[in-house]
Amino acid sequence: MDAPALSRGTFIRLTGATGAGLGLALSFPGCAPSSQSGGKDFSPNAWVRIAPDDTVTVVVNKSEMGQGVSTGLPTLVADELDASMNNVRIQFAPADPKYGDPGLGGDMITGGSTSMPDSWLPLRAAGATARAMLVAAAAKQWGVDPATCTTRDGVVYHQPSNRSASYGSLAATAATLPVPTDVPLKTPDKFTLIGKQGRRLDLTGKVNGTIIYGIDVQVPGMVYAAIARSPVFGGRVKSFDATKAKAVPGVTAVVQVSNGVAVVAKNTWAAFQGKNALQIVWDEGPNAKVSTASLFADAERLAKTHNGEHVAASRGNPDSISGTVVQAVYRGPFLAHATMEPMNATADVRADSCEIWAPNQVQLRARAAAAKGSGLPPESCTIHTTYLGGGFGRRLEADYVQEAAEVSKAIKSPVKVMWTREDDIQHDFYRPMSLNVVRGVLSGGELRSLTHQVVQKSWYRSWWPALVKKGVDPGAMEDVTDAPYAIPNFRATYIDHDHPITAGSWRAPNANWNCFVTESFVDELAHTAGKDPLAFRLALLRHDPRATNALSVAALKAGWGEKQQAGIAQGVAVTLWNGSYGVIVADVSMQDKMPKVHRVVAVVDCGTAVNPDIVVQQAQSATNFGLSAALTGKITIKGGRVEQNNFYDYTVLRMADAPSIEVHVVPSTAKPTGIGEVCTPPIAPAVANAIFRLTGKRVRELPFSDALA
Amino acid sequence: MISITVNGTSHDVDVPADMPLLWVVRDELHMTGTKFGCGVAQCGACTMHVDGVATRTCVLPVSQAVGKQIRTIESLSTDNSHPVQRAWIAEQVPQCGYCQSGQIMAAVALLQKTKKPTDDEITQAMTNICRCGTYGRIKSAIRRAAGEA
Repeated sequence: MDAPALSRGTFIRLTGATGAGLGLALSFPGCAPSSQSGGKDFSPNAWVRIAPDDTVTVVVNKSEMGQGVSTGLPTLVADELDASMNNVRIQFAPADPKYGDPGLGGDMITGGSTSMPDSWLPLRAAGATARAMLVAAAAKQWGVDPATCTTRDGVVYHQPSNRSASYGSLAATAATLPVPTDVPLKTPDKFTLIGKQGRRLDLTGKVNGTIIYGIDVQVPGMVYAAIARSPVFGGRVKSFDATKAKAVPGVTAVVQVSNGVAVVAKNTWAAFQGKNALQIVWDEGPNAKVSTASLFADAERLAKTHNGEHVAASRGNPDSISGTVVQAVYRGPFLAHATMEPMNATADVRADSCEIWAPNQVQLRARAAAAKGSGLPPESCTIHTTYLGGGFGRRLEADYVQEAAEVSKAIKSPVKVMWTREDDIQHDFYRPMSLNVVRGVLSGGELRSLTHQVVQKSWYRSWWPALVKKGVDPGAMEDVTDAPYAIPNFRATYIDHDHPITAGSWRAPNANWNCFVTESFVDELAHTAGKDPLAFRLALLRHDPRATNALSVAALKAGWGEKQQAGIAQGVAVTLWNGSYGVIVADVSMQDKMPKVHRVVAVVDCGTAVNPDIVVQQAQSATNFGLSAALTGKITIKGGRVEQNNFYDYTVLRMADAPSIEVHVVPSTAKPTGIGEVCTPPIAPAVANAIFRLTGKRVRELPFSDALA
Repeated sequence: MISITVNGTSHDVDVPADMPLLWVVRDELHMTGTKFGCGVAQCGACTMHVDGVATRTCVLPVSQAVGKQIRTIESLSTDNSHPVQRAWIAEQVPQCGYCQSGQIMAAVALLQKTKKPTDDEITQAMTNICRCGTYGRIKSAIRRAAGEA
């Protein structure tokens, strides 16, 4: 029942489509409905478009990077519309504030597991309104009361007179009718698609190679380019000699751009070879001596002097509590994203227009980057979002768009700028390193007081400065200030550790690190208190029925407390990520100083599971993503540059180390709260807590390959 | 001119002899189903069959592919009817999907050699990287395809 995938042919056809049909413009709550165009035209800000051939096109204003949004969002529309999923097509939204997400300040952002919660009501309303208009059109044609009509699988029925009409046949009439407001939505018991098992709409093209990622875009007359960027953070080109690069067969031009030197060629390989042949003298700037060691020394100095420290959350009087004191320092590494598809963008800059094809998670920012690179106003720049070969937060930046526009402008030709894997590993916006100082006080076996100091570079400071308030970056404090535990005396403090290593969003920022601290330290405290780690957590979560339930289900499914096979121990961790709960129990043994994870039980409560198997997929994916980083993931800095190069020294999880992951989704009819990230944070501490049970060694830094060496 | 045979069709290409097969197929023949992931034969996104052997073509000079039968993801079927494609859909393996052309080609080669691979044989043969972490479903899909084939 797969709908045809969006191939490049479809892509162009859809973006240029002006066929007859019902164009329905609906906006997010709080905005006035946009004008609806009828007849042969459709409104460019439509969420749903119904064509005479019965196809239902849903505009998806979020990027598909594997998380299933190009299936999940159309499901919301189709359910309320009573459309058949077989007839549903999708179109990725252009860069236009009309498609901005009010939940994210009106920006077009795919991140933070927000797509489903933010689309839940508006897209259902779009479907319900379209359905009401189709019913009204049919009733008008038949001269019957709309209330006597029913709908199913894209057809309006009037049973008393045994008449029916497909949505496509009604589209032209429906387009002439006024847009009703406040059309009631279905109650959950009436859902036909939401919560039921449905296939992903993008499977077909993903098993035969036809789906189009950024790297696959082909534009007539297009050439290829690779850019040599400063190996040292903040460095600049001092001078360069292109003689050898230009001698490489296929190289056609060498041009300097704002972030380096671009080699243009007839194919990607020639561009890569030409880049390698460039002789560049870099002005390395002030950062050429920065190293991981120097950065951690700086962080420790900041932690001790409390220089620039701000209170992020405080309750009770954590300093006045007496009892058994437990203190610890945790150190987290930089991490690269290493999406399977390296960064790339294709640009066609003309005198008065700039067209971009790019796998990106930020259409409006991509448009701004295109404007900057082309020197044209944003309104003259068009962004085509392709499928993404992974995102994980890396594509929340648009650096690859700006540089592509710069190159195209310089050479007056369409160009695809392709990154090598080395470029990708060494010019990322990294999950920032972190130093966390924690102190807990136990009294009578209970955790009475906790302080948690985070020293971590703020990536919101440059990416979304408005969110940084009173010196506190909320992203840097995820799973610290909002850890689910009820601790009567608590203080969380933050120090923005400014340094030249570019920082950005990395799947579940930065709970992806802070959860390791919170959940490892809670385990330390449970051990000191002589309590079972799961029971200790349950006691701290008495106030939170959903957390309690998720933990209890995990304990049951994983067989917590039961006798394990020899050499295997279990560890548990819990997190609350943007409204979703994730609990992981990991069965671990030690093999050659490294943990071997045999089995993972993951319990998630994300409200309504719109597409249950995609929820399971995402829980599995997020778990493996976190495990990959925990086992061997680290980016280190020496001489102001990244030491790692490619998958041979930035190693990632492969099948041999991937555990069996059993996912249990808590049944719920609550509003969905997102699933793409919640299982990334808890896997590392769950494994570390199992390691402690096995070895007595408390792991306070990652990756395990360093900590246990 | 270099002559190569891809999916049964002969192509003459004007490229240097050391250009990797991957880039010849992608940029010169414009068959983009096979992906670039690392350029150093680490990730397997570029896997094609060269005389039936799953090969990481990002490091295979095109000159070494002359006279051999090269098969890409595009050759499996036009309607996703190949048993491995069917299994991939049934198990709903792909997420971002970028690595899956290479994964599928590696799986097809494995099943051609070993009709009913054990779990260990699957793990040993399937060393391609998937950053979405679809490994469990890849394993299930290979088992399913082995049962159906």
